Amino acid sequence: MISASLSMLPAAIINGLMYGAIYALVALGLTLIYGVLHIINFAHGAMLMLALYAAFFLFHLFNIDPYFSILIVTPCAGIFGYMIYRYGIGPLAKGKDQNILLITLGLSIIIENGALFFFSGDQQTVNLSYGFEAFDLGFMYLSYPKVISFFAALLMCAILWAAMSLTDMGRAIRAVAKERQGARLVGINVERIFAVTFGIGIACLGAAGCMMLPIFYVDPYTGNIFVLVAFTIVVLGGMGSVVGALVGGFIIGITESVGGLLLGESLGQIGISLIFILILIFRPTGLFGSKV
Amino acid sequence: MTNFRNHLYFLLLGALALIILPYFISSRFYIDVLTLIFFTAYLGQSWNILGGYAGQFSFGGVMFFGTGAYVSSILLTTFGFPPIFGIFLAILGGALLGLIVGYMSFRSGLKGSYFALITLAFAELLRVLANSVEFTGGGVGLFLTYAPGLSNLQFETPVGFYYFALVLMFISIAIVYWLESSRFGAQLVAIRENEDAAEALGINTLKCKIYAIMIMGAMGGAAGTFYAQKYLYLDPPIAYSIHLSVEMLLVTIVGGMGTIFGPLVGAFVLHTVNEVARHFIDTPGLSLIVYGLILIVIIGYLPNGLIGAFKKKRKKVRFYFA
Repeated sequence: MISASLSMLPAAIINGLMYGAIYALVALGLTLIYGVLHIINFAHGAMLMLALYAAFFLFHLFNIDPYFSILIVTPCAGIFGYMIYRYGIGPLAKGKDQNILLITLGLSIIIENGALFFFSGDQQTVNLSYGFEAFDLGFMYLSYPKVISFFAALLMCAILWAAMSLTDMGRAIRAVAKERQGARLVGINVERIFAVTFGIGIACLGAAGCMMLPIFYVDPYTGNIFVLVAFTIVVLGGMGSVVGALVGGFIIGITESVGGLLLGESLGQIGISLIFILILIFRPTGLFGSKV
Repeated sequence: MTNFRNHLYFLLLGALALIILPYFISSRFYIDVLTLIFFTAYLGQSWNILGGYAGQFSFGGVMFFGTGAYVSSILLTTFGFPPIFGIFLAILGGALLGLIVGYMSFRSGLKGSYFALITLAFAELLRVLANSVEFTGGGVGLFLTYAPGLSNLQFETPVGFYYFALVLMFISIAIVYWLESSRFGAQLVAIRENEDAAEALGINTLKCKIYAIMIMGAMGGAAGTFYAQKYLYLDPPIAYSIHLSVEMLLVTIVGGMGTIFGPLVGAFVLHTVNEVARHFIDTPGLSLIVYGLILIVIIGYLPNGLIGAFKKKRKKVRFYFA
């Protein structure tokens, strides 16, 4: 039993890496929002679920390939995020940390049950023409969608990194993240940067949703599964750290698939919450973070 | 003093009304709704002690409920241990879990959103564990037999459970009443308002917070036994459902955090809204959408809940000191 598991270990690790890149993208949105706004977006999972549904309906109604949908869903998600912060979360929270947590909790309840109301509780998947084709690596088969999503997620992270370090908006965002008052003094509209950052964070989810659709199923509770995963990655990598989100994503992806292999489907899920608790207790700054 | 005495008379009158109420209501439906309101108010009150008074928001309050439910139910199904004693072990189990979770998270200085998230993770951890080990019945769940009798804490009529829930709620109100006038309660409020200042004043904040979460855990444990004996079935998604965690904080925030009657008012309002909404459109998820909207509106416009809004109008000055 154990030896059989061990022989499957490389396959599990590679599978974990594939998922890890997508997890990293989800976590990147969360960590970016945290790094700049210092808030925890509890509705992150619910918004990811919305992105998955958006990609699903684009495929279902207009037959648009999910990977092509990235170009449509990502900007829409960005605008959605911008609006919801600008006109919803921002004015209502009045700058209190716990208020934002509760408001985004309320938001996630509304989104989740709104999805249940409009889209029903059925699980939805897409059937792509190339969905069952796979690369033969000798010791395992790796399906096309997993590979495409892996590289698309990495590319998306690279684009985000480039935008953050090269553009004026990226510089302004980093300035606000480092020193809010200082940024205000040099003439940066901090409230606007907050909303833009929130928009970018949600745009990451838009892209991630499109990349996940060919691999996962979607139902109104999909977000729940990923909310703790994303938080764990962010806490593991260090709140606000981009590198941390990437490394954390890979670690969690591998932990999940290796844990599932060694401990079985049911107990394998324990890894995520266990890592989350242990990191928070013993190293709340995470691997790459500097402060809590 | 006369004010206090009036208050007390008013309170006793309200309690008396609730006690004789079942004699005037013949509909099983209303009795069940009221039972559920008391039950939610009771759980909300347990959240209120840690969240409303000590200012530590937990997102995983359900873990005490689930653990208590499993303790008394497993004792009953495997050893035939009567729940009337089992409930005390459930209380003990809840308090013990509170001690562990509280010690681990407060010890490492977790507060605010971090504390909220770690409690969520603990509840999730317990759910996965309960799903994987055998003595909880795993994913199949535990089935309890229906054998009405006081020793089983089961009753032949819904009215019996009505009184059971009412007693629990009275106890929870008594606890918070004591809290309001005790030194310990004042220490909790000091921690909520400014933890560093409280520490500087010589309050052992770690100890106070752990006591508070232990009280919450003990109360949650008893609620678990109540639930198991009423519904006779338990599985991990029920025992550790995030919805119950949310409902606990929701009723308290809607009614008013850090007030004696906040959870009761909140539970009454939310359940009424729920029943009315269900009456008009009965689709899954709708009542929860309404709950989410209410939560956002309350946080945005009535941060002190319905009770706070009422108090503010009546006595503005006192409100700021209260």
